[in-house]
Amino acid sequence: MSLRSPLGKARGLGSAKEGVVHWWAQRMTAVALVPLVIWFVASICAMAGSDYITFRDWITTPIVSVLLVLLTIATFHHAQLGLQVVLEDYVHTEWLKIFAIGLVKFAAIGLAVATIFSIVKIALG
Amino acid sequence: MASTNRPLSPHLQIYKPQLTSMMSIMHRATGTALAVGTLLLVWWLIAAATGEDTFGDVQAFNVSWVGRLLLFGWSYALFYHLCNGIRHLFWDAGKGFELASAYRSGWVVVVVSIALTVIAWVWGYVSMGEF
Repeated sequence: MSLRSPLGKARGLGSAKEGVVHWWAQRMTAVALVPLVIWFVASICAMAGSDYITFRDWITTPIVSVLLVLLTIATFHHAQLGLQVVLEDYVHTEWLKIFAIGLVKFAAIGLAVATIFSIVKIALG
Repeated sequence: MASTNRPLSPHLQIYKPQLTSMMSIMHRATGTALAVGTLLLVWWLIAAATGEDTFGDVQAFNVSWVGRLLLFGWSYALFYHLCNGIRHLFWDAGKGFELASAYRSGWVVVVVSIALTVIAWVWGYVSMGEF
């Protein structure tokens, strides 16, 4: 027989008080991505067919470098949150689900860091 | 498995496809496709940081017919996910949940996402001097 009280057993098993964190982060990144994506697509359309130097000069512009880094962070954060939900909904084998979500999260961080490094490298010459 | 004769909830294939449900699954499909599409963005920026030759390889891929087809698909997926995402944000704020307005906003998303895709490609081809 356990000496722990019913209250003691129940404590710590409830909500971790983080229920809305994932949902909220997905919405906040979505709101950030609306102007960032419109700006990025419009820029690419305007520069289609430009040569290497033109692209590099564009990325070197401080406001462009900053916006590209912000776009990268928001994109990969939003993407990994979304893919996590998709995997949670459709992958029913526990180990595979955890493996796939882990893979997505590692990939998102790796790709984001590679992208940001590239932007910074170009921007700083 | 005490009983195999219990009533089941209807499966997905029982329902007639509706604009609302099709758009919902399309949001997931385009989101997943766009996540894959980030690989091109990453490749493109790494190539730009690497050097002119590497960057040229990516640009050559982008203008190849496979590249253009992929970019066209991703551009539509992006505009769809963007427009429908804004529709979702309105829902999150508790607006536009009535059946009629859900259908109206659905059709707006379909039309606007196609229009934006056409505008982006015409703009791109004009920039390239191919139009």
